[in-house]
Formats: sequence, structure tokens, C-alpha cells
Amino acid sequence: MTDTTLHAPAETDSAPRARFWHDLSFWGLLPSWLLMGFALILPIAIIAAVSVATRGAHGGFAWDFNLAGYRQILWNEGWTGELEFTPQYLLIIARTFLLAGATTLICLAFAVPVAYFISRQPPGRKAILVYLVTLPFWVSMILRVYAWMIILGKDGTLPKALEFLDFPAGMSFMFNDGATLTAMVYTYMPLMVLPVFASIEKLDGTLIEASHDLYGNRWVTLRRVILPLTAPGIIAGAILVFVPSLGAVLEPSLMGGGKEMMMGTLIQLQFGGGRNWPFGAAIAMALMALVMLFLVFTALRAARREAAQ
Amino acid sequence: MSKAIEVKSVSKSFGTYQALNSVSFDIGGNEFFTMLGPSGCGKTTLLRMLAGFESPNSGSILLNGREVVDIPPHKRRVNTVFQSYALFPHMTLEQNVAYGLENLGWDKARIRNRVGEMLERVHMTSMAKRKPAQLSGGQRQRIALARALAPEPEVLLLDEPLSALDLKLRQAMRDELRTLQRDTGITFVFVTHDQEEALDMSDRIAVLGGGEVQQIGTPTEIYEEPVNRFVADFVGETNFLDVEVLESAAGQATIRTPFGLSITVPSPGHAAKGRATLSVRPEKINLGDQAQGITFEGRITNKNYMGGYTHYTLDVAGTELRASRRNASREGDTIPLGATVPVGFVAGSARVLAA
Repeated sequence: MTDTTLHAPAETDSAPRARFWHDLSFWGLLPSWLLMGFALILPIAIIAAVSVATRGAHGGFAWDFNLAGYRQILWNEGWTGELEFTPQYLLIIARTFLLAGATTLICLAFAVPVAYFISRQPPGRKAILVYLVTLPFWVSMILRVYAWMIILGKDGTLPKALEFLDFPAGMSFMFNDGATLTAMVYTYMPLMVLPVFASIEKLDGTLIEASHDLYGNRWVTLRRVILPLTAPGIIAGAILVFVPSLGAVLEPSLMGGGKEMMMGTLIQLQFGGGRNWPFGAAIAMALMALVMLFLVFTALRAARREAAQ
Repeated sequence: MSKAIEVKSVSKSFGTYQALNSVSFDIGGNEFFTMLGPSGCGKTTLLRMLAGFESPNSGSILLNGREVVDIPPHKRRVNTVFQSYALFPHMTLEQNVAYGLENLGWDKARIRNRVGEMLERVHMTSMAKRKPAQLSGGQRQRIALARALAPEPEVLLLDEPLSALDLKLRQAMRDELRTLQRDTGITFVFVTHDQEEALDMSDRIAVLGGGEVQQIGTPTEIYEEPVNRFVADFVGETNFLDVEVLESAAGQATIRTPFGLSITVPSPGHAAKGRATLSVRPEKINLGDQAQGITFEGRITNKNYMGGYTHYTLDVAGTELRASRRNASREGDTIPLGATVPVGFVAGSARVLAA
């Protein structure tokens, strides 16, 4: 009896596959599959392939398997071919994470009060304010960065205004990390405000009243009631800001002056002036791997939270 | 009886809407005080002012003799049981109850003791580690009570806390609330639109209507001696008859009823001569061999047998009257439809009110 159940009829093996092809959902999803394949998986596959190719003498690359691109992230090849540990790219990676982290935290610090304020408005004004938050997206990003150059640069709006207030003339706030950070915070702010707003909007206002009623001041209420209950929105916002911040190119090159690099500018340099495509591709892959690590980490934490509830 | 709360000519408007119009009353210490009224009467606004979530446009509110209008909610020794309970969903029941105590800066051991004591008091000890989502409505209600009572507030505010419960549970919670109030000796201010709840639980009731206090008194006073038509109508069932005041003096008035009787009945507002309203509660009208006091005749036009009671509709010379009669024995409900029977009520149980 056990024999018959163990040796199941062979023809059923092909049944799931046949069903798969006849399944309407496969054909319905086909456009998405194609888009994902051509727009996401294929480019990443190409970058992955280039990252293990050999650098061409005059730019480009040759299809010879070579891990030099990855090796170059940490080690430099000396005159005689000996490997020397060079932290310069590691420092750029660290800088990138530092700036992206700072961008995320500053965005968060501004977004929570803004989102809270919007959520407290009457419905009509609420819709207008949410629309206004997304307004910067309607203007080209490069134009918005140039606008910041006009505000912060030499003879710009801010130095002029300070001059008017008896500060020394000719100050410039451009070409440093502060300028890069300013533009990054500005650029990614809506990506933080919107998810945080969505979760604050869902928050039951009587819970805030209950906290005040039970002797919680504003700070206690924020820390013990509002933040824990809006954590999903805050985490979503942090991911939406942090991940693109890691790959920022425009802000560090235009606002930061391009001398102090971030990973984005470093990658761009390798594919442009540096003419080292395999190295650029290797850094891109490393960046992606780090982002994946970060996302997996947050996903695991979220899953654990859920399980604890 | 010391005064726990003094509300002095408090007014509040939202835009053009006048929610409260110069409201004044006192609430005594250890009192179970109910604010009763239909929705929009201003009772919830008043409760939110006591909690500190709203402030009056004018007037003052004293809590144990101290002006509190400018004191924020987290500095008032007042706790609220919210209509929706407002339990913190991310905290266990224990943590919910401990929240207020932690904010007051109690030490850990004292908090643990107090939380244990409160959970025991509301019979929820075994569920201490659960989250609010895992509870039934009645259990949530109990935790909301425990959380609000744990910090030993000077006044406990209850915002229609029973309205979300089913009928049976509501009855049980009424008794539980009343016992809790007696045991703790804390002043309870209870808001409801349910007159039965108000009559059942309160030491005193303030009937609110149209942003004004209509009447304040014990449940018996409110029910038996309503001062105006609004109170008589809102609290309990009653018959309103259009009458003519012939003479009025010292809380009594001689009136002529629409069916031609001239009688002398209590008149709290010293009704002026002319048109007025007579209020007689259905259970005060006796039928058949029980008819006494002022007696006349009526014909039964409708009857509703309710088991313990039968409600009769009578036609008295063209005027409709409702009477209810307790079915004291199995043979209680014997008056047949269409019968003409003696009808009577005691003069002292009727009231003449301004028209």
C-alpha cells in the first residue's frame, strides 16, 4: 500500500508545467516580466559582467575574466606588481554612507513635524499641502540643484542677505559637504514626508490625547506613542531617502565641487574620465550589495517586530 | 461636601456655533456626577474642558479650588476613560496601566505593585502580558478604567464609556462602575445620552440642552420634578397636555385640562396665567379599579403587552393619553381593547410647565 503512494504515476509530473503555460496570470503578467527583464535584470547582468571583464587600453573593456576591478577597491597595484592596501576608496564608501545617513536623519527631523502639521489641517487644506510637498518633483532635478547654487554661491542670495546683516562680504557656502547635504536633504525630503504623513494620518488622535491625559508631555508623547505607532512610515521613508542618497551624483558633483567624491561620482568618473569600466562596474556592484544588505536587515527587523506583536 | 469642580459661567463657540452658553455648576467631592443630554448639547465639550483638551472662550473652571483653564492636560490630576478607550495598541495591558504612573515619576517597585493591584481590581490579572487587540470590548473597557484610575486622579472623567458595549455587558458595567466609584471615593464625571444609565448610576445629574444647563438634581428630582418641558421630555416617557392656567400661586397652579377638568397641581416655574403644558408620566396614570385621585373616563384605543408591563393608549374626550400598568399578577393584563374604563392620577405626580 505504501508502495503505490510512494511511486506516484509519472504523467502527473508534467501537469504543473502545462498548467503554468495555460495559466492566464502568466500571460497577464508577461508585460511586467518583459519590463523587469529588459529594464532591470538585463542592465544589472551587463554591469555584473563588465565588473569581471578586463579594462581596455583606451577605455571600454575586453571580455576576459578578471577580478582587478574588485581588487582595486581595496588594493593598489604597485610598479612591480605588488599589492598595496589603499583606503582611499573605502573612505569614499564611508563618506557616502555618512552623508546618506545624515541626509536621512535630517530629512526625518524635518519631515515628522511637517507631516504632523499637515495631518492636523482641515481636509481641503491637507490635500493642497500634500500637493505642495510634491511640487519640487515637477521641476527638473538639475534645475533645482542650480537654484541652490544661486542661493548659496558667491554673490548668492544667502551671502548677500548676511552681508546686509553686517556679516563679512563675499562669503560662499558652496563646494563643501554642507552644500552637498543641503541639496540632498532638499531633493529627498518629499520621499520622507509622504510615507511619514501617511502613517501619522492613520494614527488615532485620541491616543495622543490619552498620552497627554496620562501625564505625558509632548516629548514623552512623541517618543512613546507617536514614533512607535508611525514606525512603519518612518522606516519606509528612511529607505526611500537613504537608498537613492547612496547613489547621489548631481549633488556631490555640483554642490560639493566634485573634489570630495561619493560612490555615485566615483562610478561616474570611472565610466567617464577615468576610462576604467570594470572598476566602475565593480563599485556599482559593491554599492548594490551594500544596499541589499541594508534592506535585508530592515526587512528582518520589521518581520521580527511583526512577530512580536 | 467639598467642591471638586467649580464651573463658572463657561462659554464656548466653534465658529458661529455656540456649544456652551454661560454654564455654571459645582461638582462635589466623591460624587458620581452625570452630564446627560442629546448629542450636540455641549456635554462632551464640557468634559473635554475638564480634561484640558479644550479651553473656554470665557468663564473659569476650578479643580479643588485651583483655576485650571490655562493648565495643560498632562499637568491636571484628572484622568479620562475615552469612548473608544484609546488603549495604546503597541503596549501590553500592563504597560498601558503603568504609562501614567511612569510619567508621574513613580519608582519601579511602586508602579509594579499599583499595576498589579489595578489589574486585580478589574479582574484582568491573567491577561497582563496581552495586547489590546486581543481583548473583547468589555475587557478593553476594564483596562481603560484601570489605566485611568491607577494614578489616583482627583477626578475621573468618563466619556460615554458604555456605548460601545452590548446590552447585557452594559448593565454589568454600570454596577461595576458604581462599585468602583464607592470603593475609590474618587469623583466621577460621567457623560451620556442614555437617560437610563444616568438615572441608574448618578448621585446627581445635570441635564444639558442647547448649550445650557436645563436642570441639576438627584435622579429622583430630575425624573419626578422636571423644571421644564425639555427635561420632562428627554428623561423618561411622559404625556404632554395643552392646558390653560386659571390661577397660579406658591408652586401650585389651578388649570383647565383639554377634556374639561379643573384641577390644582404642582407648578415649579410659577406658570403665568394662560397657556401651559401639563406633564404626567404614563406609569402615574392608573386604570380601572386602580384609578384614584383626579378621576375621569377614557377608552382604550391601543395596547402593547410588554410582559412585565402593558402600555395602553387612551382616548379621553379627544385627547390622547398613554398609561402603563404593571402586571402584578397573571391576571394583570385584563383590560380589553375598546373598553371604556375609569382613569385617574394623583395631583402631586403631575407638573405644570411653561408651554
